[in-house]
Amino acid sequence: MADTSTPTQGTPPEGESRRDFLLYAAGAVGVAGTALAVWPLIHSMNPAADTLALSTTEVDLSAVAEGQAITVTWRGKPVFIRHRTAAEIESARKVDLAELRDPQADDKRVQKPEWLILVGVCTHLGCIPMGQKASDPRGEYGGWFCPCHGSAYDTSGRIRKGPAPLNLAVPTYTFLTDTSVRIG
Amino acid sequence: MSGQEFDNKIIQWVDERLPIFSILKHSAVDYPTPKNLNYWWNFGSLAGFMLVVMVATGIFLAMGYAANTLVAFGAVEHIMRDVNYGWLLRYLHMNGASFFFICVYIHIFRGLYYGSYKAPRELLWALGLLIYLVMMGTAFMGYVLPWGQMSFWGATVITNLFSAVPVVGDYIVTLLWGGFSVDNPTLNRFFALHYLLPFVIFALVFLHVVALHTSKSNNPLGIDVKGPQDTIPFHPYYTIKDLFGIGVLLLFYLGVVFFAPNFFGEPDNYVPANPLVTPPHIVPEWYFLPFYAILRAIPDKLGGVVAMFGAIIILFFLPWIDSSKVRSAKFRPIFKQIFWIFLAVCLVLGYCGSQPPEGEIVIVGRIATAAYFLFFPLLWVLGKVEKPRPLPHSIAAPVLKGASAGHAAQPMEKA
Ligand code: HEM
Ligand code: FES
Repeated sequence: MADTSTPTQGTPPEGESRRDFLLYAAGAVGVAGTALAVWPLIHSMNPAADTLALSTTEVDLSAVAEGQAITVTWRGKPVFIRHRTAAEIESARKVDLAELRDPQADDKRVQKPEWLILVGVCTHLGCIPMGQKASDPRGEYGGWFCPCHGSAYDTSGRIRKGPAPLNLAVPTYTFLTDTSVRIG
Repeated sequence: MSGQEFDNKIIQWVDERLPIFSILKHSAVDYPTPKNLNYWWNFGSLAGFMLVVMVATGIFLAMGYAANTLVAFGAVEHIMRDVNYGWLLRYLHMNGASFFFICVYIHIFRGLYYGSYKAPRELLWALGLLIYLVMMGTAFMGYVLPWGQMSFWGATVITNLFSAVPVVGDYIVTLLWGGFSVDNPTLNRFFALHYLLPFVIFALVFLHVVALHTSKSNNPLGIDVKGPQDTIPFHPYYTIKDLFGIGVLLLFYLGVVFFAPNFFGEPDNYVPANPLVTPPHIVPEWYFLPFYAILRAIPDKLGGVVAMFGAIIILFFLPWIDSSKVRSAKFRPIFKQIFWIFLAVCLVLGYCGSQPPEGEIVIVGRIATAAYFLFFPLLWVLGKVEKPRPLPHSIAAPVLKGASAGHAAQPMEKA
């Protein structure tokens, strides 16, 4: 900046700072303009309109007996629906909230206590926890066990052990009748 | 750089207008190279060779491939079964990635042992690490392309690492995916980037070599070149040595390609991706295992991710962490031992990363992770307390003294 101002001999200090101001202003406009121009490029990577168009999934629950679980797909992700036994509900309610990593009471996580509906994606790094099939390991807390890095969830889908920070998410859903539910 | 004289008139004509021949002669023929380089100095050019192989095979693979979740798995099988020599292209590319990493890892540990990261080569070292980072990104995205189970779940786990970022984590992950899970938009952009990044690597390699030819090669003694008596021209001495190295590399590389092409692979990746079933034991490719072990060693999501990235980032600061002025481990008796321990720790981490995270593996992984990070403060302390062995006066000196003292050494040392 000193360079550009030296040829004009005797320029008062005010003149120098005016030139500096012009340079900074032009620089700022250039940076802001480039940022604005880059945004469409970045935003093009976000979900497209057709991906966003919220899909809903309707599920008939009449065939799911107590103690059984089914997995349905919603927005490309598995949703776990478990028909809980009385013992499972009981053990989910008994838990002292103070000992939970992500404290949440069981009745805040269900609309009907016997139907536990969860997004079946481990909140650690996104694997699908095991525990849906009768032969699957369910972990120490009787809910789900994630084989990837060993997270264990309880019968309310709350995180109890392992690296995952949060409970399994509860999707928005509506019971259409006693035995059918719409997810999304 | 220009102004070289060439006998050939055409070459001379071109060179006066575009000095490519001068540049080539300056940096690949006349380049004064320390005369005492050992075989560990071969791995830089070997890595460069592998980069060329990857781009060459990749471009032809891309002609048979289609980045769509409905057909990608089948397209790779089509390459394997129907395309002429498609099996060869794919096996060269697939195993090429492994051999590329083998070369680069040896190259990095060579730099560690001989202190090549120290002044004036800090930027040379940093550029090398950048190449390594971009390579990891490229290999990760390439592994997603065949759209097998490991492709899908590797992509899911690795992209989810970014969800650990506070506040904006979930937005970043959605941005990476272009949806709510790893899906077709993800595969498409990974292919686009997998095609692009190797060329970014080329550009970085170019800068890496410019930096090398500015600060010149280090050497096994780790002392500066004192003059022409310490060097020999790159061509023909090192061109022939590098060529020989390529021959040996090809023996191993093609041995695997032809006799054990799936040695480095996971059988699960021959099962088409299924977004509803995670394989019981997911492991990344072998070259990521140490970092995977560090990720799992920390029983906290954000902590694990920070430690994993930190394990690489910290290497950028190595030139300033290591407080010793002596480069080569040859003259640092304690550092030499710590180097081998560090290498062993990295191998243990790699083993832990390959095992299911249960029982004592978890404990071993944690100890090894602690040891990995302990290496760096230890280096700093070591530089202050270690007594280095006496350094030779020049690269030529010990050789000449060894032969017949006095006589021969004198005229050379004057030069
Ligand atoms: C730094 C260089 C590169 C690395 C480390 C790399 C790595 C990989 C890896 C690990 C795979 C998975 C192989 C498998 O399991 O099947 C892959 C696949 C693929 N790569 Fe690359 N790659 C590189 C350069 C390129 C380039 C330059 C292109 C294209 C121009 C390319 C095109 C492909 C294609 C089409 C596939 C899918 C076919 C297949 O799976 O074999 N690659 N790459
Ligand atoms: S993804 Fe479930 S424990 Fe890591």
